[in-house]
Amino acid sequence: MSILQSNIPGGPLSDKWTNHKNSIRLVNPANKRNIDIIVIGSGLAGASASASLAELGYNVKCFFFQDSPRRAHSIAAQGGINAAKNYQNDGDSTYRLFYDTIKGGDYRSREANVHRLAEVSANIIDQCVAQGVPFAREYGGTLANRSFGGVQVSRTFYARGQTGQQLLLGAYSALSRQVAVGKVKMYNRHELLDIVKVDGKARGVVVRNNATGEISSHGGHAVLLCNGGYGNVFYLSTNAMGSNATASWRAHKRGAFFANPSFTQIHPTCIPVSGDYQSKLTLMSESLRNDGRIWVPLHKEDAEAVREGRLRPTDIPEDRRDYYLERRYPAFGNLVPRDVASRAAKERCDAGFGVNKTGQAVFLDFSSAIERYGEEQANLKGISPSDREAVMQMGREVVSAKYGNLFQMYEQITADNPYETPMKIFPAVHYTMGGLWVDYNLMTTVPGLFALGEANFSDHGANRLGASALMQGLADGYFVIPYTIGEYLADDIRTGSISTDHDAFKAAEMEAKGHLSSLLSIQGKTTVDTFHRKLGKFIWDYCGMARSEQGLNYAISEVQALRDEFYNDVRIPGKLDELNPELEKASRVSDFLELGELMCNDALNRKESCGGHFREEYQTEEGEALRDDKDYAFVSAWEYSGDPKAPNHHKEELTFDNVELKTRSYK
Amino acid sequence: MKLTLHVWRQKDAQTQGEMVDYTLDSVSEDMSFLEMMDVLNQQIIEAGDEPIAFDHDCREGICGMCSMVINGQPHGPQQGTTTCQLHMRSFKDGDSIYIEPFRAKGFPVVRDLMVDRSAFDRIIQSGGFVSVGTGAAPDGNAIPIRKEEADEAFNAATCIGCGACVASCKNASAMLFVSAKIAQLDRLPQGKVESKERVRSMVVQMDEEGFGNCTNTGACSAECPKGISLENIARMNRLYLQSSVSPT
Repeated sequence: MSILQSNIPGGPLSDKWTNHKNSIRLVNPANKRNIDIIVIGSGLAGASASASLAELGYNVKCFFFQDSPRRAHSIAAQGGINAAKNYQNDGDSTYRLFYDTIKGGDYRSREANVHRLAEVSANIIDQCVAQGVPFAREYGGTLANRSFGGVQVSRTFYARGQTGQQLLLGAYSALSRQVAVGKVKMYNRHELLDIVKVDGKARGVVVRNNATGEISSHGGHAVLLCNGGYGNVFYLSTNAMGSNATASWRAHKRGAFFANPSFTQIHPTCIPVSGDYQSKLTLMSESLRNDGRIWVPLHKEDAEAVREGRLRPTDIPEDRRDYYLERRYPAFGNLVPRDVASRAAKERCDAGFGVNKTGQAVFLDFSSAIERYGEEQANLKGISPSDREAVMQMGREVVSAKYGNLFQMYEQITADNPYETPMKIFPAVHYTMGGLWVDYNLMTTVPGLFALGEANFSDHGANRLGASALMQGLADGYFVIPYTIGEYLADDIRTGSISTDHDAFKAAEMEAKGHLSSLLSIQGKTTVDTFHRKLGKFIWDYCGMARSEQGLNYAISEVQALRDEFYNDVRIPGKLDELNPELEKASRVSDFLELGELMCNDALNRKESCGGHFREEYQTEEGEALRDDKDYAFVSAWEYSGDPKAPNHHKEELTFDNVELKTRSYK
Repeated sequence: MKLTLHVWRQKDAQTQGEMVDYTLDSVSEDMSFLEMMDVLNQQIIEAGDEPIAFDHDCREGICGMCSMVINGQPHGPQQGTTTCQLHMRSFKDGDSIYIEPFRAKGFPVVRDLMVDRSAFDRIIQSGGFVSVGTGAAPDGNAIPIRKEEADEAFNAATCIGCGACVASCKNASAMLFVSAKIAQLDRLPQGKVESKERVRSMVVQMDEEGFGNCTNTGACSAECPKGISLENIARMNRLYLQSSVSPT
């Protein structure tokens, strides 16, 4: 039997969460006041968990590396948040959201967790509305919805192209209210260096105050990791510059298993790379695929002419365009899931149809939508549709109301006006479905150590659907952990406060200081960013949109060599006990250099294609992913062995009692 | 292009700072302003010196972490744009660029171009929320809200809390920031309930943090990367007056 106990409650799928809540142990209010909880991260998961746990009476300490909790990268989520409200009367239901998520994840997620997510989704919207989140509304005053990829209903709630910002500010306001009453203590510009275990349980953390360089220990009865994903392994991604995997990786080294690290999401619609100095990539929301049509020239000579600047996209007639998503996937068209859309873009560009200087871009075109909306407005206002300029102007206004901020952002970055000419887009790293392995209660393999939001692995399988990350972060923080943490903390009501005088804290602090000092003492010639860029390029080329045995083996040896070089030649100016941004980066990159190898090992081990994990050896004749349910319907959970080159592999078998395993088709 | 950069260097809040000059060759116009700063920092590190400290994170114009006063303007010359979204095509070969931190009593310098804006967090903690606990919410559609009101609340809510309003104001006033939150919540029925208490406590906290008053110059709104409207300040003043005359 596997050593992984998922602790999924018994009973029928739709009753599991209710039954679990009814039987889970509680901590009474007087005892909650004597229990301290440490939260790492202040994004949607961290802020919502901190606020909700403090409201219950627990004492919370929240640590984050930004200068304010409102700046966590959840803020940048654009398109929306899913919820099975069925406000549109279009046949949506909890079951359908559950089913779409399981199917979208290519049958590599846990049924029970996903169903719970779908169940609590509706409460999230209610909670956010009550906090004053200004969601988009219809003229009748009710909440508006739109569609996202991989789905045939309209269940996405949104606040223009800034939904993440509005939801995070809602959670931040709830958090601020608890700070005001003294139930949450905030530690800005603080970064986790280690998890401290006492008698096998997570009992605290070692952190560094990045503003002063001071290293300190903090004790608690439980530690919640809400530190987001590890997309910055790739260097170039849509993540924030500071997003990092250090909390997850240090937890992994202390015994938390890392699940499905190779399941990373490459988002199809991002602004393409423009030069070597590029520091990050910018997403153009999936919501744009509601109205934008993706195409490349049908003929190579046109693509070449576009690349060389001899031909403008607007001069290519309809019959010389290839709307390849509509052609290949007529049922879902431009709204296929992200993994499918990304691979299709790569396929066209590899075949020589790319449309920018580097040949790594496709068009996202709004001209049909502008025309369609303009004609609707002309009808409404009684203006003759033959007045084309007026029609197009009204169409541009409708599109601007929906996506104005995104169009503006695109123009600022590229100097092209997307109202006049199609956007150029290309896939980029966006989200990581993999993460720390957790059981149904969101606890990792280290007792007392929990992982929430993007930091855990549990809900999105091998591919996340659009508008589901916000849903999961808030579900975990508002509606799951406040219940499930009681099961663990009920044993701690007599423990008393956790003292940092324990030897385990001293040892962890020494070790953390030692690691940073050794990095500083290298005094080599090469900057941290140079190493990070090299690592990112290996992982992107060999563990990105397409993977192969040969490529992965090559990447593993190169990453190992790069790691050795890093420890011999990195140059970090400044000192340990002061503000030192280069040291912060070096500490994070030292973890990425190990995690990158684990990602390749995981991809190598999984001899099938599923979701975002596409092994070139395993594909159908039409180039679609070829899953192997007989041998690979499991979660890979990796245990740190002490040597990053030789992790131990564990499996959690996935059982599907409520959905039939089918080849995912969006045709 | 080739640029001359005059950058404010200051070790910490206690130490006197100064402008230091740097030259940078081969800057591409497609670079963002912060990518230009990255290239400069790589050059500084390779020369054996300490890089320029500046705050930044999302580089998408939404987290509000980047700051800097560029040629006298918070977030630089382009309207409606944060420093991270400013691109070098706004400058030309041979330009001299002056780069300084946001300067205000309420924003002490941490180092170089990095300032401490935690005063903004304390202002929000003093009342920038709806007092509703998790789980106590009615159905999202239970209270219809006029689309226009929801849209206006949204416009106020798009504030990214960067502090450019304070940096641009001759009085270092934070009233655009504070009023945006007050107006957002006052426009929605969920937030309206506590409007009077909220405006009083947030204004008190704003004053305690050392931010000045509004004298209707309007620089804040003109420099705001998100175009937050001055109308919010008018609304806040109106609410504050109402609340002073009739506190309940």
